[in-house]
Amino acid sequence: MTPDIKNDEEAILKEANHLLKDPAKRRLLGNVLTLGGLSLATGITISHYGSVNEILKAVSRFNDGAQGVIFNPNALAPTYSEADIKHPFPFNAFYSVDKAPVVDGEKFRLELSGKIADRRPWDLQHLHALPYTEQITRHICVEGWSAIGRWGGVVFSEFLKRVGADTTCKYVGFKCADGYFTSIDMPTALHSQTLLAFTFDGQLLPAKYGFPMKLRMPTKLGYKNPKHIVEIFVTNVYPGGYWEDLGYNWFGGS
Amino acid sequence: MSENGDKSSVHPLWLRLIHWFNAAAVIVLILSGWRIYNATRFMHLRVPFTGEALFPNRWTIGGWLGGAIQWHFAAIWVLFASAVFYILLFLLTRRGKQFLPVTPSGLWADIKAFLKGKLSHADIRQYNTIQKLAYLFAMADLVVLIASGLVLWKSVQFGWLRVLLGGYEAARYIHFYAMCGIVAFIVIHVVMAVLVPKTIKAMLWGR
Repeated sequence: MTPDIKNDEEAILKEANHLLKDPAKRRLLGNVLTLGGLSLATGITISHYGSVNEILKAVSRFNDGAQGVIFNPNALAPTYSEADIKHPFPFNAFYSVDKAPVVDGEKFRLELSGKIADRRPWDLQHLHALPYTEQITRHICVEGWSAIGRWGGVVFSEFLKRVGADTTCKYVGFKCADGYFTSIDMPTALHSQTLLAFTFDGQLLPAKYGFPMKLRMPTKLGYKNPKHIVEIFVTNVYPGGYWEDLGYNWFGGS
Repeated sequence: MSENGDKSSVHPLWLRLIHWFNAAAVIVLILSGWRIYNATRFMHLRVPFTGEALFPNRWTIGGWLGGAIQWHFAAIWVLFASAVFYILLFLLTRRGKQFLPVTPSGLWADIKAFLKGKLSHADIRQYNTIQKLAYLFAMADLVVLIASGLVLWKSVQFGWLRVLLGGYEAARYIHFYAMCGIVAFIVIHVVMAVLVPKTIKAMLWGR
């Protein structure tokens, strides 16, 4: 869940020990092991460790492209019956359930920005009046587990059309009430099973499942499905995301 | 006999390259896969004697789930490339003949020889039936690993494969059991190679 920073420290120390075994590097360290030399040595260590990380990140970005190519906009995620729904549906976030943000539905306004023609904010009353559809689909977490749930709301492509989003752009980004943020590719945003969901299991989304709304995509892993959305933007500038910036794959699609 | 005209070469260069790239990729995939598995330990297995949950993080690579996934999905390209080249060269050359045919009578003869302690690998150009089966198992197991991995990665895009394997959750178990199969193969393979060191030399330098 939380990236294990301690392990990263261990890895850096291990890397440093490894470097010390290299006679040439050790000589270098011997020559520079002064106050300034210490920082230089640290610099070497971190850049060396960083280069592996950079390669892995580059491959992950390459994999984003590969997944974009594999993605078939007409391939549908399987749907299930009421009996398959998981009760209680698992809660998962980068905080515990009691820390889920409390959003005042009365005062709430959904902000729109970026390449959208009509950027007027939306209140919940108008959002709830949009054409409503439901789906019973499998939510797959990057941690491996999965659970079937029922979500209802407006087909996201329908919403994007209504607000005049420029669907030739590459990305749709989301900002959330809990500080979370993420972004998705436009083909997935326009997929027929991508919902701007207001309900879970027939009830208004409770706080723990993302009140006032979440983007439900059965074609993407859980961390790509933002909860507590307060702002939606359309852009051509790669927006990244909370977990994505820490190292999860950006496309994150199934 | 070798294909490249070098009659003294047991394994042609292309095969040795594929072998070691493949070995590195599979080891990275296993060790990073263990870290990914640790994010949800659905098998509830423990290390014998110490009682630690499998797999202790110190056995794994990646440092955390996100790092392990990065390693896993980088190594998969190496495995994919080596599999493509292997299949191509397997078909273009006559290497497949080393592993086929496998006959019940040959297997029975090998089992008897094994029980008498006489099963040998004196001529490393010739595989006995048990070896043929072991290598064919490894190839088939890798196919199962890749297929189940594709379902875990892209259960919507590879919908037909998901249905074939019995669904997303079933694919998790298949991927895990197939991993156990390849680990078992590697352990036996390495022990056997160490027992007949000239096989290691042949896989490194060709003879």
